[in-house]
Amino acid sequence: MSDKKNDELLHDHNRDGIDRRGFLKCMAWAGTGAFCVIKGGVLQSYSLSRLSELNASVSKGELSFVQISDSHMGFNKAANPDVVGTLKAAVDKINGLSIPPEFMLHTGDISHLSKPEEFDTVDQILKGAKPKDVFYVPGEHDVLNDDGMQFLERYGKGSKGAGWYSFEKKGVHFIGLVNVMNLKSGGLGTLGHDQLEWLEDDVKHLKPSTPLVVFAHIPLWSLYPEWGWGTEDSAQALAYLKKFGSVTVLNGHIHQTMQKVEGNVTFHTACSTAFPQPEPGKADSPGPMKVPAEQLRNVLGITDVNYVQGQHALAVVDSSLA
Amino acid sequence: MKRSVFIAGLVAALLIGMGVCGTGQKGSVTSAQEKMSAMEVKIDNFSFGPVTLTVPAGTTVTWTNRDDIPHTVVSTDDPKTFKSKVLDTDEKFSFTFNKPGTYSYFCSIHPKMTGKVIVQ
Repeated sequence: MSDKKNDELLHDHNRDGIDRRGFLKCMAWAGTGAFCVIKGGVLQSYSLSRLSELNASVSKGELSFVQISDSHMGFNKAANPDVVGTLKAAVDKINGLSIPPEFMLHTGDISHLSKPEEFDTVDQILKGAKPKDVFYVPGEHDVLNDDGMQFLERYGKGSKGAGWYSFEKKGVHFIGLVNVMNLKSGGLGTLGHDQLEWLEDDVKHLKPSTPLVVFAHIPLWSLYPEWGWGTEDSAQALAYLKKFGSVTVLNGHIHQTMQKVEGNVTFHTACSTAFPQPEPGKADSPGPMKVPAEQLRNVLGITDVNYVQGQHALAVVDSSLA
Repeated sequence: MKRSVFIAGLVAALLIGMGVCGTGQKGSVTSAQEKMSAMEVKIDNFSFGPVTLTVPAGTTVTWTNRDDIPHTVVSTDDPKTFKSKVLDTDEKFSFTFNKPGTYSYFCSIHPKMTGKVIVQ
């Protein structure tokens, strides 16, 4: 955007890609259907009224993909008795994007109870989406009772360990990580030694100019450890990514959008397609949050990501299902 | 006059007190029932209640998940003394503690949830 508007924030005093006022404004909007864009290393926040304008400017990118998360198929409690309907609404939203995304990332909690029929239902609904490829990482709800064997059989073809892997798309290196296995009492998400070693090796031969997208279920930053919203050994993982000029970290798990920019790393969490969860510390527990039925789709959503070659960072756009 | 009213009141109070005493045995039954119910651990708002439960050896403890989200009950030792399947809303898991000791456990899905059973 060359023309600055009042609701666009471009003061980057520390040259760290973020200005405090902009960040706070963005945080205030997050989860209420507004969105933020990180473009050219500068965080910009926009009001919903400017969505079409923004779409026109960022959708010229070379690579466009969409992130969905926490579909919790099988959940049927008061916070959303129709998770099938809201996942279908997410697919409609994806199919309505002005530039069709090339593929989808699902950042876990596909199912609610790891039941085969729950996975089957999600697979069936996602077949209705225009992008045909879906790349998955498991959430803790996808690996219940069988240490993730079923997840691996369904989605883990060609992956390593508990289901981690990497792939390239148009010069962008994607890394899917698993941080929901072997959780320790009192602890947070865990990547574990084997996965960290693999990660170090995976990025070793990449040029620092290669844009990275890292996706995993539980946030890879210490978002709210009191509720388990963080990953024990994420600092070690991020240390291996230090040399890269552009790292975008996409997570789910917390059922609301949050973002943080730290140096060259942009952290972003996506909304759920099933039910919202409270803001950190604003309730007795992180359990499902019941909102009036007519407001539910305002707090569910998808995340659209665009990459324009030569630009410092990827544009991350959240939109609600409303 | 005032005094006799007071005394009458006192007697009434005593009678009521005796009434309570009369059900005194019931009272001890109640406390036994309380003990029984204390062998239940309820899962509410992502926490185990009571967090620490003390029971005599041979007691069967039952956990009930009252959250909208599934949880598990898994001992922290290795090999695991007990490990529930995933408990959906209102599902239960029981384990009988025969050996005295302290048993720490957690929810393997939400590991911030921890609890303890002390067996005497």
